[in-house]
Amino acid sequence: MTGEKLRIGFIPLADATALLVAVDKSFTAQEGLDVELVREVSWSNIRDKLNIGLFDAAHLIAPVAIASSLGLGHVKVPIIAPFGLAVNGNAITVSPALHAAIAGAAEGDISDPMVSARALARVIAARKTQGEEPLTFGMTFPFSTHNYHLRFWMAAGGVDPDEDIRMVVLPPPYMVESLQNKHVDAFCVGAPWNSVAVDLGIGHILHFVSEIFARAAEKFLGVRQRWADDNPDMLMRLIRAHRRAADFVEIVENRDEVAALLAAPNRIGVAADVIRRTLDGHLKVSPDGTYRDDPRYLLVGREGAARPDPRQAAWLYAQMVRWGQAPLAADMLKLAKAVCRPDLYDAALGTSDASSPAEPRDGIGAFAGPAFDPDDIEAHLAAFDIKREPV
Amino acid sequence: MDPQLKIVIVDENPIRAAILEDGLREAGHVNVARIENRTGLLARIYAIDPDVILIDLENPSRDELEQMFQMSRAVKRPVAMFVDQSDTASIQASVDAGVSAYIVGNLQKDRIKTILDLCISRFNAFSRLQDELDRAKSALEERKVIDRAKGILMKAKNMSEEDAYALLRKTAMNEKKKIAEVAQSVIIASEMFK
Repeated sequence: MTGEKLRIGFIPLADATALLVAVDKSFTAQEGLDVELVREVSWSNIRDKLNIGLFDAAHLIAPVAIASSLGLGHVKVPIIAPFGLAVNGNAITVSPALHAAIAGAAEGDISDPMVSARALARVIAARKTQGEEPLTFGMTFPFSTHNYHLRFWMAAGGVDPDEDIRMVVLPPPYMVESLQNKHVDAFCVGAPWNSVAVDLGIGHILHFVSEIFARAAEKFLGVRQRWADDNPDMLMRLIRAHRRAADFVEIVENRDEVAALLAAPNRIGVAADVIRRTLDGHLKVSPDGTYRDDPRYLLVGREGAARPDPRQAAWLYAQMVRWGQAPLAADMLKLAKAVCRPDLYDAALGTSDASSPAEPRDGIGAFAGPAFDPDDIEAHLAAFDIKREPV
Repeated sequence: MDPQLKIVIVDENPIRAAILEDGLREAGHVNVARIENRTGLLARIYAIDPDVILIDLENPSRDELEQMFQMSRAVKRPVAMFVDQSDTASIQASVDAGVSAYIVGNLQKDRIKTILDLCISRFNAFSRLQDELDRAKSALEERKVIDRAKGILMKAKNMSEEDAYALLRKTAMNEKKKIAEVAQSVIIASEMFK
């Protein structure tokens, strides 16, 4: 095949669907792009290989794009997101023992995240009195949505994620094993790993992240700012190929084909029916066979999910400030917002601002706390009691 | 070179780790520890309290290691080798070789340049060794398949070993296939005729 050669890195997760479909259904080839997909084992590898130019683009966990652009925790390399690969898609899974403890301590229905978070606070208090070890929660990376989603949820119920529990980083494919051998009591991760734990009978999905936030930007298609400047035409073609893929995925009749494609060993490598549940937002949440539905579980191309939203970048930066990873500074907020490039998305597709969704009004729709203000992080964070001192 | 540096190698491949450790010891480093198992990685690293951490890039524990940067209570914070972008060639070389280095504390980068160079050359040497081993293995497998096919032909067509091999070779040339592939077909066909 001829065409512009591109190398794109990804982690085996359902939220890479738009990228995998764009390549495997030849939407990229039809745009004259010869893409080599490279499956990676860690976000550190993805970040480093994107930074030094071994990858032209990458399936990137949203906060990593921001951290890289701000030079947090690592070398500063400006990364931009011209396309959103996924909104939502994560879930919090807990061990059967912790699930029973939370249910026992709950005052109300634990499918309500406020009820479950307060119940978690009671479980933790009881464990402290009895001198038990703190609970351990697994997440995927220090600069990860999973880290911030877990923290936001539990802090709303009065749990301090740095004082009351332990947080550990685990690669997504190892989450299930770690829950099984009791290295962690719970985890927050993307699909399909929550479903895998439920199918094995070792975990209960406590919450979909879509129950905690109406919209949480999850993965970006990330490219170096410099690459985008040097290859404007290729970037436009890449965006168009992804848009076609996202449209394809969101047509329900195509989903069997999509799931079969993602199930391949060199893609996600998990049974097609498990992946299908994720795409449909129809998930088995308990080993007893209970299902829960949320059409907003994972948004790939629907509801403006693919159009990068600077408010989401601002929200993620606010979480970095809240948890002591980043200083609060106006120029950093500006840089963070500039990671999301709806202008490039619009230029490639002929769309406009009007195509972005009207609800939720603050772009986030969190279950607790005040509406998010992307222009005043300080005032927004003042409303939260549990947080770290500014760095 | 500083022989007193405490170095940890995190690699799930014991052979490669051993090759690297040997290299470091030959270069005069006496404080070298290896971690092959993922379980309790951070706790073990804290216990060893290394100055330098070397990790292979296929290792999913890299992300776990990066969490150490973020721990506010840790006195010493590791810094990735990639932080200094002035030496792009060396960064490229290490990524190509498949190894990454982290420096803990205030160690100057140039002090571990020799260690990183050694890592790169040992990792590359290991890849070459692995390639050679793979090639030797597949050559051996092919030899076995060809021997079996020869045996089948000798028995079925009552021919000599030399003629059986000549027949395989001629067929392979005509079909534009490798002798081993033709031999494999002979074996499959003979199984079907059983």
